[in-house]
Amino acid sequence: MALPKAKEDATVARIAGLTRLEGAGWLDGAQADAITRLRAMGMPGRRDEYWKYTDPTSLASVDPVPAAVFDTSDEAPIFDGIDRLKVVFVDGVFDADASDDLSMEGIEIERLQDVAKTDIHWAKDLYGVLETRGQNPVDRPLAVLNTAFATDGIVIRATGKAAKPVHMIYLHKSDSSDAILHHLVKVEEGAELTVLESGPAAARFNQAMEVEVADRADFHHIRAQGRDHERRAVTHIFARLGTESLFKSFTMTANGVMTRNEAVIELTGDDASAHIAGAAMGDGDFHHDDTIFITHDAVNCESRQVFKKVLRNGATGVFQGKILVKAGAQKTDGYQISQSLLLDDDAQFLAKPELEIYADDVACSHGSTSGAIDDEALFYLRSRGVPAGQATDLLTLAFLAEAIDEIADEAIADEILSRLEAWLTRRRG
Amino acid sequence: MLEIKNLHVKLEEEDKQILKGVDLTVEAGKVHAIMGPNGSGKSTLSYVLSGRDGYEVTAGSATLDGEDLLEQEPEERAAAGLFLAFQYPVEIPGVGNMTFLRTAVNAQRKARGEEEMSAADFLKLVRAKAKDLKIDADMLKRPVNTGFSGGEKKRNEILQMAMLEPKMCILDETDSGLDVDAMKLVSEGVNALRDENRAFLVITHYQRLLNHIKPDVVHIMANGRIVKTGGPELALEVEENGYADILAEVA
Repeated sequence: MALPKAKEDATVARIAGLTRLEGAGWLDGAQADAITRLRAMGMPGRRDEYWKYTDPTSLASVDPVPAAVFDTSDEAPIFDGIDRLKVVFVDGVFDADASDDLSMEGIEIERLQDVAKTDIHWAKDLYGVLETRGQNPVDRPLAVLNTAFATDGIVIRATGKAAKPVHMIYLHKSDSSDAILHHLVKVEEGAELTVLESGPAAARFNQAMEVEVADRADFHHIRAQGRDHERRAVTHIFARLGTESLFKSFTMTANGVMTRNEAVIELTGDDASAHIAGAAMGDGDFHHDDTIFITHDAVNCESRQVFKKVLRNGATGVFQGKILVKAGAQKTDGYQISQSLLLDDDAQFLAKPELEIYADDVACSHGSTSGAIDDEALFYLRSRGVPAGQATDLLTLAFLAEAIDEIADEAIADEILSRLEAWLTRRRG
Repeated sequence: MLEIKNLHVKLEEEDKQILKGVDLTVEAGKVHAIMGPNGSGKSTLSYVLSGRDGYEVTAGSATLDGEDLLEQEPEERAAAGLFLAFQYPVEIPGVGNMTFLRTAVNAQRKARGEEEMSAADFLKLVRAKAKDLKIDADMLKRPVNTGFSGGEKKRNEILQMAMLEPKMCILDETDSGLDVDAMKLVSEGVNALRDENRAFLVITHYQRLLNHIKPDVVHIMANGRIVKTGGPELALEVEENGYADILAEVA
């Protein structure tokens, strides 16, 4: 089917405005294929059903909206207290000098464009593959764009228990940078890996990560977005889970005029478990969108989605979450909760929870709520001497707790918690 | 210590007068009890004193050691030494009991210009006090009152009281929902806090709590006023004959 003229024009213009990696080995073919797919699909537009609550214009436009570099020198960089291997990108370009030596027991790490010139089969067989699978039944053109025009990225293969987390640090130094990064992660059978991500990355950031979690492997992902308010980001995680594997992803977002985080997860091996959670806090023209699609395609798998948003001064939160249980995916246990805490009357939360179930022996539940701070609880705390502002913060953190609890590692969870506390404290003045 | 004069209170949202001129003075070191039938205004009195929203004081005053309570925010009243043990302690999922206690203790200290308690000192203190009330480590770790039984909630109230060391303690129907053993435990907790510098106002329907927490003065409240004041024998009279006789007598 031909695209509407306006969409076709926008797509042609966007593609024309981008430059591909040169001489990138097998990546050339994969990227050329993605460009073809993107031309057929078209860039996202306001009228697309999947973008009903979030305007994709600033994420899809030819040029990014400039974003001033945000000074965070008033606090230590996040995850500083965690022993980890640092991989640094500046405005979307890998910075070898700022990064740690990319060698660690239990894993292999390389830069995407280096891998592209070698014959590493697994990477070649993964690049754009999970992303392509994730295009059905919903188009995700910004992910196709990412596959087509990623100019950097990291390829990680865990073969054992990784000695420490890999931390991708995305620094932002140019007001007009437009970064496209694509990471590949393969956690081999029985292996364990934790990936941390933080930093604004660029004025506009399009990031995709394809994650293959093999049988009995564990993958943990903890991401911190913010506090820079002007940056715009669209991220995609595509994951495929093997038998008895575990996938856990948590994202904290503080501020940001435009953030869309998509996760597309397929449980393809029996007894696998996928947990995806988010805690977002925003003020004013904050716009945050979590769009999740979990497919159960094996027996006795479990999935949990826990998304919490704290919104104030006209901030907008969006949640689109779907659990698809395919025929034969019996004994599925699916849970989904999306909640917003509206700290004033101007904030809004838009939620679209969906269940689509084709198996007859499953337990799936979903819920979505919006509410204010509980007056009874607030009075109780104040009656014990806790000042109103501090009491509100305590209750706000309590509201977020169910999402934070999804982080398995206590030290990492503490880092996240301290950032959330600091955000609240700053607002209290 | 606590001085209430001619206190008139109505509901903010509707034109309903609840307290119609309460006069009450509680001296340091004393335990006063307020008894009265349902709807007499006992709980309202405790809420108005602690600063809950939804009430409008139309006349009268309430002071704690000479300081006007009614002008203060709930947290200021707490820091000044007022404590209300709730009839229905509020469940707060997501806030750990320990975090809550420590935040409260340190917030009050800060408000009074005192130094905050260190984590180690706090832990030591809370463990000792919890032990007296048979509150185990698990209950301290769990979210505030969440999933607690009626008895656990009330013991948790007394633990808070013990940690915060208020000078004026108001117990709002602390006996409700307690079995005999729990009532004994809670009463022991309260009695351990009795002190010449501390006063108690015990609100209850029944005399039985007053067997455990022996009052110096008993007030009968009805229709928004204190209608009769006497010694502990007044509580026994209520237990024997109900409120009808007393109410008829004062009418």
